[in-house]
Amino acid sequence: MKMEVKFYSGNVAAAEGAIAAGCRFFAGYPITPSSEIAEYMSRRLPQVGGIFVQMEDELASMAAILGASWGGLKTMTATSGPGFSLMQENIGLGAMTETPCVVVNVQRAGPSTGMPTLVGQGDVMQSRWGSHGDYELIALSPSSPQECFDLTIRAFNLAEEYRVPTMLLMDESTAHMYEKVVVPPADKIKVVERKRPRVAPEKYLPFKPARNMVPPMACAGEGYRVHVTGLTHDERGYPQTTDPEVQEKLVRRLCDKIRKNERKMRDMEILHMDDAELALISFGISARSSKAAVNRARKKGYKVALIRLKTIWPFPEEYFEKIADDIKNFLVVEINYGQLKYEVERNVGKGRVHHLPKFGGAVHTPEEIYAKIKEVYNGN
Amino acid sequence: MEIEAKHHPMDKYLRADRIPHIWCPGCGLGTALNCFLYALEELNIDPDNLAVVSGIGCTGRIAGYLNVDSYHTTHGRAIPFATGLKLAKPDMKVVVFSGDGDLFAIGGNHFIHAARRNMDMTVLCVNNYNYGMTGGQLAPTTPMEARTTTSPYGNLEHPFNLCHVAAASGAVYVARWTTLHVRRLKESIKEALNKKGFSFVEILSPCPTAYGRRNRSPTGLDMMKYYQEHSVIKHGIDPSEADIEIGGDIIVGKFVDIEKPTFNEMVKELIEKARK
Repeated sequence: MKMEVKFYSGNVAAAEGAIAAGCRFFAGYPITPSSEIAEYMSRRLPQVGGIFVQMEDELASMAAILGASWGGLKTMTATSGPGFSLMQENIGLGAMTETPCVVVNVQRAGPSTGMPTLVGQGDVMQSRWGSHGDYELIALSPSSPQECFDLTIRAFNLAEEYRVPTMLLMDESTAHMYEKVVVPPADKIKVVERKRPRVAPEKYLPFKPARNMVPPMACAGEGYRVHVTGLTHDERGYPQTTDPEVQEKLVRRLCDKIRKNERKMRDMEILHMDDAELALISFGISARSSKAAVNRARKKGYKVALIRLKTIWPFPEEYFEKIADDIKNFLVVEINYGQLKYEVERNVGKGRVHHLPKFGGAVHTPEEIYAKIKEVYNGN
Repeated sequence: MEIEAKHHPMDKYLRADRIPHIWCPGCGLGTALNCFLYALEELNIDPDNLAVVSGIGCTGRIAGYLNVDSYHTTHGRAIPFATGLKLAKPDMKVVVFSGDGDLFAIGGNHFIHAARRNMDMTVLCVNNYNYGMTGGQLAPTTPMEARTTTSPYGNLEHPFNLCHVAAASGAVYVARWTTLHVRRLKESIKEALNKKGFSFVEILSPCPTAYGRRNRSPTGLDMMKYYQEHSVIKHGIDPSEADIEIGGDIIVGKFVDIEKPTFNEMVKELIEKARK
């Protein structure tokens, strides 16, 4: 097999990445600007023996990918803001029942119906804690069609490894942008499968974690007769709805399996960090304008770095603690009125975290960002 | 004399370590579950090849008592969860066992669309006319004028006739029984389990604790007597003629039994074609 070079939009690249990662089930509901993913999957999945189903709404789409994941398949759905809101209910069920799956959210400008065809990055916080209760999950953010392909594969691998719904936080611009995508031969793509139990059914405790805090998963029809519930449950999977100790043990593990494995999920592009006094922090499409602005500022002698987050959640807290003393000022560039900014503030301290928001409908220009760099740098 | 039952004849299908169950005295859920278990046994269904999916509510707890792959999902979402499961595992038998509020209020959209698609699954709906677990509130099945904790002056809403909804949405098998009709109910569940496509059995069931005592039937026995005196078997009638009214007859029987290609079959054909 050979490497191939394709000309893909971000949406198509994400769909192809899913298939390369082993996704064989897609349930979705049409919504701009993500619909091309469903359309593409409806044509492509049957060719590889996979199943596509268009559900009646996003509540159902999310429920169906959980059900199919318990049926042993790698599963995905794709949506945008309003649909992402509807999916939160069963994203919570997925977190509670530790069901691997991938949710693509092609962000558009909100709130509510907002600007359906135009870019936004306002779902940063919703992708972390959009469902009720206490939980952690993983969110990745690509900046190009190539990364839509690569990070979708990574999203599946992380979802399988940590048994957690994993978000691919795209944006409208990256989704509709066409670029060259290098598709490696299948045998060069790293694909992770969920761990299966190695003990006999009578000895299997379905929610007893292994050393990485993740329990091996027995799927339907394998003879393990697992009970799966969104209620607080013990290691047998049985509901224990009046015992705070069972609740603590379960929720602590659901959060810690992500928090304590953050290093393994960490993924950033870091530029010009060595002597930097000001660090820009961005992701997705905004990071591309940021990169252009940073390169221009460097040429003019400003000691500016770029930290582009490809893994947004879990946030690389340890990394930011480490660099907090070396960097004088931070500038967060994002298409919202302050979301990732708060996370940066929380980790490096307030007062020196500057913000360049956009409200949706347009991408920052490098000129705007360059002007802001100068302003922050010169202390104006 | 003390009578102590150590085993239930159907223990092999139950997670016996989870009994006692949470259901109230006089509730019909035990009877409904029992009929289901006998249907499994008489059809010789391999428990390893059966998945039961429930939503939320009293009936929603059924999945948790069954010693099979069992999934207790979110409120109203048992059917779409089961849709994903059945598509991933086409050779398994997939049963959704849930209540009227779960399946027809919050989950109503999923019900009609799964029936429309002719998803290959059996849906068993225990209809007790109210939301029992949360304290007896108005449901989409509460008869007109009935009193519930959120219709203290009597229900002003026209209820769903569930069998009519199922038939109109495209279900290939539709039947209604009460928990009084144990043998007929069991036979209908067997037919539904054997049916290819979307099969639906409505099981009218007493809820003396939350519904009956507010509607002049304070015990399970009162409601069973009502079933006995008012049930009329009418096989094959148009289910639109089987509305349920307070104080009226309850039409029971098998209303629909037709053949139609299932979604699973068509997906399988499509994949075979697409792979060539």
